[in-house]
Amino acid sequence: MLETLMLSRIQFAANISFHILFPTITIALSWFLFFFKLRFVQTGEPVWMRAYRFWVKIFAITFAIGVVTGITMSFQFGTNWPKFMETVGNIAGPLLGYEVLTAFFLEAGFLGIMLFGMNRVSARVHTLATLIVAIGTTLSAFWILALNSWMQTPQGHEMRDGVAFPVDWLAIIFNPSFPYRLSHMVVASGLTAAFLVAGISAYRLLKGDDKKAPKLTLKIALTVAMFLTPLQIFIGDMHGLNTLEHQPQKIAAMEGVWHTEKGAPLLLFAIQDEQEKTNHFELAIPNMASFILTHDLQGEIKGLNEFEGNHPPVAPVFYAFRVMVGVGMLMLIVSWAGRIQLWRNKPLPRWLLKTLVAMSFSGWLATLAGWYVTEIGRQPWLVTGILTVKDAATDIAPGNVALSLSLYLILYVVLMTAYLHTLFTMAKRAVEIEEITDDEKVKPVITSMTAKENNYV
Amino acid sequence: MFEANSLAVIFVSLMGFSILLYAILDGYDLGVGILLPLTQKDDSDTMIASIGPFWDANETWLVLAIGLLLIAFPAAHSHIFKELYLPTAILLISLVLRGVAFDFRAKAAFSHKATWNKVFKVGSLLAAMSQGYMLGMYVMGFEDTLAAYIFSLLSAFGVAAAYAYIGACWLIMKTEGALQVQAVNWAKKTGVLCFIGVVAVSAVNPLINPDVYAKWFAWPTTLYILPLPIMCFALFVYSQMQLKLLPAHNDIGCWRPFVAAVVIFALCFFGLAFSFFPYIVPGKLTIWQSAAAPESLSFILWGAIIVVPVIISYTVFSYRVFWGKVQELRYH
Repeated sequence: MLETLMLSRIQFAANISFHILFPTITIALSWFLFFFKLRFVQTGEPVWMRAYRFWVKIFAITFAIGVVTGITMSFQFGTNWPKFMETVGNIAGPLLGYEVLTAFFLEAGFLGIMLFGMNRVSARVHTLATLIVAIGTTLSAFWILALNSWMQTPQGHEMRDGVAFPVDWLAIIFNPSFPYRLSHMVVASGLTAAFLVAGISAYRLLKGDDKKAPKLTLKIALTVAMFLTPLQIFIGDMHGLNTLEHQPQKIAAMEGVWHTEKGAPLLLFAIQDEQEKTNHFELAIPNMASFILTHDLQGEIKGLNEFEGNHPPVAPVFYAFRVMVGVGMLMLIVSWAGRIQLWRNKPLPRWLLKTLVAMSFSGWLATLAGWYVTEIGRQPWLVTGILTVKDAATDIAPGNVALSLSLYLILYVVLMTAYLHTLFTMAKRAVEIEEITDDEKVKPVITSMTAKENNYV
Repeated sequence: MFEANSLAVIFVSLMGFSILLYAILDGYDLGVGILLPLTQKDDSDTMIASIGPFWDANETWLVLAIGLLLIAFPAAHSHIFKELYLPTAILLISLVLRGVAFDFRAKAAFSHKATWNKVFKVGSLLAAMSQGYMLGMYVMGFEDTLAAYIFSLLSAFGVAAAYAYIGACWLIMKTEGALQVQAVNWAKKTGVLCFIGVVAVSAVNPLINPDVYAKWFAWPTTLYILPLPIMCFALFVYSQMQLKLLPAHNDIGCWRPFVAAVVIFALCFFGLAFSFFPYIVPGKLTIWQSAAAPESLSFILWGAIIVVPVIISYTVFSYRVFWGKVQELRYH
């Protein structure tokens, strides 16, 4: 029988992992939608409205799952991690509060108008509502990452009787790891949405869709991905350097450096051995880790031996980091290959379209892997140097946690199945719908399709 | 800067405001879900269309209310939700299910639509009932007795009836024709059930909580607080009288039952708040004992003073955009 602590950890990990998948899409997809809407307003080309209509429905489902799975989080802190709020609530509370006040209400308040209000408000107000929803989703990323980064690299507070009190709010919000983590996550969201748009568009093309909209969205998604992948690698590198400065034990685990060494090799792959404190089957580039992290081939990297009893479990951090980087490299190759092909005015070969379909959710994989690196990499701390995960846990009977965890897991499997099934069903149906009806050619702004058709486009 | 004691009062008022708004707003959309007729396809589409643009924002008030409890009274938050661990899990899962059912039913294959309708209805009912159960346990001071569980179960049905009632009143206002006639019938029946529930809670609450009894029946406080139950009773009577007249010619007064229901909700809420103030965990923790640091509360209060009026104004704007009888819900 697992104890309450472990069950609570699994439950929190399951809740937040499942939740983050959906905002990761909507944070950036909302900006894609704003772009489609803006282009439609500027050009009057119906194809932009087609793209908007198709993607706004996917946005709606994704957003809804994000909202309802997110409600879970605000209850979890109290139920499973009571000491968290008791110790750092004075810091975490206001940051969460500002997220609800400035972000959640903004996005939820204007979502109705964005989704259903096009015929009830002017085109300008509707475009504005779309923009406000996009701003709202991005603001929520701002606040929650401020809190998460503060938990990684806390500053701007003082401890009185074991409780954290705020001293300087600007220092708390703009803590050392915040700018890097925020940009890394926002760009990750951009890539996740770009590969989703590219994947679903490629799927439509493979199903024989010869319309303009999927071709256009594929091109835009590949363009965005082409620019964002190198940018993400650059930001990721800066984030790594920042982590080396503030959380060197995390870097040691990421790179699998058991003992402090000069000229550490970059391990492309290895089997971690936590017992023997060593790596097996290393596949490595000599001196490369030192070069990346210190910009010196002989630079010294602190090993896990310097953080005895105060470093994270190595294997999950080490492997998750390689999954993230691996997916990132694949994204780089595929987006450039695809975009160059389009630039040469050639249709994408079937194998590339299939690769894009397979990579529709590659952003999820990379984002989750990245979060596992940073979150497991913070262990054994919940808030670095202030509160350990163990001390924050609840004393509820393990049976209750096991029951709630099982219910959540069943729910998540059902939801994920329904979500994926619905997305591809919508894409399949869009293939069968006519591009433009006759009277739409005359008046592109007003829809004249029957409601039935309208449900599927 | 604000002083610590008044900050606790300000924050408990803000939280109370959010809870009340949540109960009214998500109350009507959960109620519409509870009433969803599974056999009448067109009606269920119209009913769901009437809440489509609002439900996301309505649920955000729950996040704010729970967020304020967490931020301002962290000790009370952990105390309450540790006691209510399993009902909370059921509430959350029900809210997830009904939220996604709303979207999936419109977009999934036709063959699955009936299933998602069922999920929407059952999810709405379970969410309402778990809230009622939690309210019951709260009023009973989280006692581990048979009486407490029976009372909480009754309260679960009471809250479900109350939500169905305000949901029916919402539909009277937002629909027309046969569905409106049906909504009037629903409102009549659920109104009676809701009334019985309110009376039961009002009777049991002072009987089992000596502090509450002392508060309500201390002269001259009784005199000031007496208008509250009287108004509540009068509104139930007024609502039933109005329902007899509906649907009226030219749809005059279709909004009256809804407004009456909103005021009933507000009065019941004030009654409860009056019973327990200043305790936030009945009999155990007061708002002053569990309040967070004043520097944190001040920081968030400045934001709230600016942002909450803005939230209210764009909420009003959104309701105005979708004013009047419901039209077919479509993504343009």
